[in-house]
Amino acid sequence: MITEIGSFSLVLALAMALAQTLLSGLGRLRRSALLAAAGQGAAIAAFVSVAAAFAALLHAFVTSDFSVANVAANSHTEKPLLYRVAGAWGSHEGSMLLWCLALTGYGAVMAMFGKGLRASLRASAVAVQGGLGAIFLAYTVFASNPLLRLLNPPVEGRSLNPLLQDPALAIHPPFLYGGYVGMSVVFSLAVAALIEGRVDAAWARWVRPWALTAWSLLTVGITLGAFWAYYELGWGGWWFWDPVENASFMPWLVATALLHSAIVTEKRGALAGWTVFLALTAFTFSMLGAFLVRSGVLTSVHAFAVDPTRGVLLLAILGLSAGVGFGLFAWRAPAIAPGGVFAPISRESALVLNNVLLSAATTTVVLGTLYPLIREAMDGRAISVGPPYFNLTFTPLMAALLILTPAGPLLAWKRGDATGVAQRLGLAAGLAVAAGLATLMLVSPRHAWGAAGVALGAWLIAGSAAELLERTRAFRAPTAEVWRRFSGLPRGAWGMTLAHAGLGVFVLGACFETTWKVEAAETLSVGRSLDVGAYHLTLERIDQVAGPNFDAERGTIRAVRQGELVCTARPERRVFHTGGQTTSEVAICQRGFSHLYVVLGERRDGAGAPVWLVRAYWNPWASLIFLGPLLMALGGAISLSDRRLRLGVARRKANAPTETQA
Amino acid sequence: MNLRPKSPKARRRLMLVLAIAPVLALAVGLTLFGLRNSISFFYTPSQADAARPPPGRALQLGGLVAVGSVVKHPNGRVDFTIADRIASDRVRFQGDLPDLFREGQGVVAIGAFSADGTFQAKQVLAKHDERYMPREVAAALKAQGEWRGDGAKAAYAKAPPR
Repeated sequence: MITEIGSFSLVLALAMALAQTLLSGLGRLRRSALLAAAGQGAAIAAFVSVAAAFAALLHAFVTSDFSVANVAANSHTEKPLLYRVAGAWGSHEGSMLLWCLALTGYGAVMAMFGKGLRASLRASAVAVQGGLGAIFLAYTVFASNPLLRLLNPPVEGRSLNPLLQDPALAIHPPFLYGGYVGMSVVFSLAVAALIEGRVDAAWARWVRPWALTAWSLLTVGITLGAFWAYYELGWGGWWFWDPVENASFMPWLVATALLHSAIVTEKRGALAGWTVFLALTAFTFSMLGAFLVRSGVLTSVHAFAVDPTRGVLLLAILGLSAGVGFGLFAWRAPAIAPGGVFAPISRESALVLNNVLLSAATTTVVLGTLYPLIREAMDGRAISVGPPYFNLTFTPLMAALLILTPAGPLLAWKRGDATGVAQRLGLAAGLAVAAGLATLMLVSPRHAWGAAGVALGAWLIAGSAAELLERTRAFRAPTAEVWRRFSGLPRGAWGMTLAHAGLGVFVLGACFETTWKVEAAETLSVGRSLDVGAYHLTLERIDQVAGPNFDAERGTIRAVRQGELVCTARPERRVFHTGGQTTSEVAICQRGFSHLYVVLGERRDGAGAPVWLVRAYWNPWASLIFLGPLLMALGGAISLSDRRLRLGVARRKANAPTETQA
Repeated sequence: MNLRPKSPKARRRLMLVLAIAPVLALAVGLTLFGLRNSISFFYTPSQADAARPPPGRALQLGGLVAVGSVVKHPNGRVDFTIADRIASDRVRFQGDLPDLFREGQGVVAIGAFSADGTFQAKQVLAKHDERYMPREVAAALKAQGEWRGDGAKAAYAKAPPR
């Protein structure tokens, strides 16, 4: 019964999304506040309906109702509760419902809290968001309905892929989709602005919090995914330049560019057309990502829940939405007023350069990701574009960007002072070079690139600190004055500083881990040992343990460093009851920021005692790889808490008639 | 002689072009170079026989793991045969195989042929999900008529739960 109510709610949601588009659209055309308000009501109703359908799906998963086809294919009674819940978005159908939930959720929030916007812009944006909702809901209802019943329900389900039964991955999709779909609001606002034919500072001020929300969620989502790959795939890799990873990374890069260009549009009224273009591109790449991931057109190590037949439909949705958006852009963009002028050395120029580099980097990722498709269409050869390509193209462009990053916030608007900035960053540059040289001397003189990476990371962190000191006039003004400035810093400034420093932390971790990781693998019988880096690992015992839906061999491995026991690792090798699939649960010993990473491989019976393949990695500074992006997301969240203030300003400024031509 | 454009608008445009051009040139250059030199081709064993890639050239070898061909040495080395309908290649791999590596399943080995004709794999990929096989393997098998049924679903997706 609950499932039927869910199915009904889903269809109702489609109707509500259509009503949202029609009522808001009519409200805009007739300039009727009543119709526009009805449209907003429909937006909220659409969200409530999708939420009801989603709750019904969750209920079916939690109660293991195998008469629902999707539950039968992805759940199992033995599965722990968390993974029964996560199973709801572990499949294609369920994940599309989650997508719709986020899409209508954002629409409802926009409808409820859009008071700061001009009524016409708000009505248009709500209408566009409703249109997107209707398209995706129609797809969910007609082509990918997660609530369909089975005529002959099985006694037991097929269970979720064991690799996905993991806490990090259970919460990874909601964050990722929150990010992907958050770009839809930005897209709707951009389309609405094009319809209205007016892109001004107030509009940019409205775009920023949405872009920031989506960007922060996407950052967390990608980090969780990378962390999952790091410890669940069992060989310590956290980024493979795999198509599915790139699918999430492309919208992230565009959103990063958008965050920066929107600042220019907001503060100086310049780059308006470009900001709109990025806003359209961000959601287009989100949809492209959904298409690439879900259709399986590209071979990926992360391809779950793939269905090529429905890929075509997703491609059609992508073509339609992006086509309308960019078509409108081509038609209307020439009318967008150019903003204020600025000198070659200025904050505007720095942000333009940021955008140029980010766009170029995005383009190389897009080309590398899609090239196998292009090549196959051209000459039918199957090829793969792997890490060497991305290291060669993406890395130098990003390195150039990161070198320039600390200078940007120190430059003044309109006309900056290059020598002044160079002087203020002198100390940071010295620190960075010293860090690089120290790495070369202390760690290893043979890895110049690794040391350069460490220097770059130190440069970003020291540069952020220098910017903070500059803003507060620390060491130059009296303490009281410094404190006054320090506590008076807007949260947006803190957010930016933290995000840039987080980027530095990531670069430090990524370069250090990649360059100086040590690995060792050996087959061990009980009592034998192997060495990895400074650690001596001894296989003490192998135990048989039983989990809720798996049996496992658990190794007890003692790690000794200079005669002192530092940790006892307990890696497992699990065999799942359903499907007989095996997974390795790695054991990670945290040593400062570094990880001692131990994997228990398969048992090999030969002559004599049974042996196990044990692999161990010393991953120095690996924690920083995941800590850095989390700091960036935290920076985004702190910036976002500035939002109410900014919306207030937006309202006041939008009402003031003199503002638009800055 | 002053070659700088007079209006601030034109000056800004020139500035933009000057900022974008080097980055664009760098990006295009790197991309073209990368796409020429850093891609690896996919072969099935019979395609590899026909193409004869030179030893040491990075490539991907895909096909089905021949049943009964897997030999696991106690020192961690694994030997197995990747086969398609026409030809087969012996693969040597040092390390832990992915969890879904099974005899009779589609896999992709990344590595290079050595001079003696065996394939030295650096990495072996099997799908995360037992219901699907690597796409290139599926496409290649289809082209050879090895394929049973229409699309991945019929032949492989309906693996009964054990």
